[in-house]
Amino acid sequence: MSAASPPRAPDGVDLRAFLARREMLLVVALAALLAVVATRFPSFVTPRSLGGVFNDTSILIVMALGQAAVILTRSVDLSVAANVALTGMTVALIDAHHPGVPLALLVATALGLGLLLGAVNGALVWLLGIPPIVVTLGTLTIYRGLAFVLSGGAWINSFQFTPAFLSVPRAEVIGVPVLSWTAVAAVALAVVVFGRTGVGRSWYAVGGNPTAAVYAGIDAGRARFLAFCFSGLLSGLCGYLWVARYAVAYVDVASGFELDVIAACVIGGVSIAGGIGSVGGAVLGALFLGTIKNALPVVNVSPFAQMAISGAIIIAAVALNTRAERRRGRIILRPGASRPAPAAVAE
Amino acid sequence: MTLQAAPGSAVPAPRILPDRLVSPLRRFATSWEALLLAVAAAVFVANALASPYFLDVWNLSDATFNFTEKSIVALAMAFVIMAGEIDLSVGGIVALCSTAMGEAAAAGLGTPGLVAVGLGVGAACGLFNGLLVARLGLPSIMATIGTMSLYRGLSYLALGDGVLKGYPADFAWFGQGYAWGPLSVEFACFLALSAVAGVALHRTVFGRAVRAIGSNAFAALFSGLRVGRIRVVLFVLTGLASGLAAVMLTGRLGSTRPSIALGWELDVVTIVVLGGVSIQGGSGTMPGVVIAAFVMGLVTYGLGLLNVPGIVMSIVVGAMLIGTIALPILVGRALRRRRTA
Repeated sequence: MSAASPPRAPDGVDLRAFLARREMLLVVALAALLAVVATRFPSFVTPRSLGGVFNDTSILIVMALGQAAVILTRSVDLSVAANVALTGMTVALIDAHHPGVPLALLVATALGLGLLLGAVNGALVWLLGIPPIVVTLGTLTIYRGLAFVLSGGAWINSFQFTPAFLSVPRAEVIGVPVLSWTAVAAVALAVVVFGRTGVGRSWYAVGGNPTAAVYAGIDAGRARFLAFCFSGLLSGLCGYLWVARYAVAYVDVASGFELDVIAACVIGGVSIAGGIGSVGGAVLGALFLGTIKNALPVVNVSPFAQMAISGAIIIAAVALNTRAERRRGRIILRPGASRPAPAAVAE
Repeated sequence: MTLQAAPGSAVPAPRILPDRLVSPLRRFATSWEALLLAVAAAVFVANALASPYFLDVWNLSDATFNFTEKSIVALAMAFVIMAGEIDLSVGGIVALCSTAMGEAAAAGLGTPGLVAVGLGVGAACGLFNGLLVARLGLPSIMATIGTMSLYRGLSYLALGDGVLKGYPADFAWFGQGYAWGPLSVEFACFLALSAVAGVALHRTVFGRAVRAIGSNAFAALFSGLRVGRIRVVLFVLTGLASGLAAVMLTGRLGSTRPSIALGWELDVVTIVVLGGVSIQGGSGTMPGVVIAAFVMGLVTYGLGLLNVPGIVMSIVVGAMLIGTIALPILVGRALRRRRTA
């Protein structure tokens, strides 16, 4: 659907109206959430506290962008959290055993390894035609298992890291931590890739209508492969960020985080049916989830309720997405088919 | 698809229309089930050679415990996947059922009541999944990712980091009891249920309908099948199977934590896919799934005998999942290349 509109997405009136709907909804929901919390705990909405929430959500934002690319192509990447665990463990082990290795090289290692893991997923999907869910369900255990094999089950604790490894994401530039800047940079990168490059547009095209994409000269498998690479690259970066932020590396790092990442995308209106979604939506979805996570302890809800709440939010968001998409295309064999066509929603 | 039953042969319907007729024996020899059977036999022999204690009848009986519960869920999951859907919430359902039974036991309910609670909660969870998919039209993968968190989340909400273990003594019978000699209750139950599932899939209208929906849901709808209702039934059955697995697992462990049955969905889906069921739906056989369950059980038990840690075992499971799907694709490609060359 989005693929049908010209690449200059922000100028397309219809597209803009469509995107504005989900994004406005999220902005309103986010504002309402903050307002409710603020009535009882005004200190939660101070700029400093909100900056903390953003910083805390940075990793989720970065990974949601990668996942959004994959979901746009009608795929799903369940292995992102395992990717974080494996790359995080790898750079942590290098840093702990070879303190002389410069940080830039470690970050490059994390990016490279993440890219490689993503490429493995993508290659299995592209070259062998295995359904993405099966591939990533398999690699999810393989990657985390490899993290165990590498570390032998041992933990790398904060005192084993070099000071530079831990301090860089915390260092403040213009009063904002580097971790937050990384998220901002990733968002900027994603805006360019999704909207201004052939690769990004091919993701929309392949997800929107694979057959049409092939006739338009797009290699659907290659587009999917590149989406998995993009997701792997960002996950690898987050592997380093995660370990540095929490100053500990162990096998179960980020366990189950793939669900949060997918939830952020789905909440942001990225359609699991492919072809629909935006960078802004994914970011707002991640912020919405992150804000809830940070607000729960403040309003005295047990942290154990978090999982059930995010489950309920996922279901609600999927239901919302499905309703929004149902009006597309021909509907036959439905009672009351004579009702007037809904105006100006799809297309 | 539904019209190609092989009359007079015990072999289930083939997945593709053959170019020319082959004898039933030859068809079996080249089938996925035969390959699986050979793998199972090889793993069995390897285990027997690796450990002198393996062939002991009580040891073999013990070996069945670690996979029967998952296999029971896999029998139901096979129907769901054959209908073109997937249920990733089975681990969450087991956790919620176990928690509900633990709370009921704490409230003083007896064993029959606990079993009813376990099965009832399982069926209710399955019904909720089914309604989300069939009534609201949500994609099953997303809906069950959501309910996976929801069910396990409710379990965490009820238990926190606590544990429930006030089960009556005779409740353990489901997980630890023996039906006849070394034949455990769990395993006997699995064998009976696999026979039922095999008949239901290959010899009833329901089984045909499930595969028809999996190959083409639209065509099935136009053929007059109640697609929505059948989908709901399939999810309820999976929930029920998860409830039964929860009864057995809880009886076997004697305690409940919210992290119980974590990651089961992977093992269960692996068994089904390993059994030759197409993840896109429409094809697959029950004997394949049952043999695949044995392969999984024997491999993990064998690795256990070799002192391989659980997480390394999961690497093997993950590799098996990808490998079993990749293998036929690669072999098919190689054959086609040879034929054209």
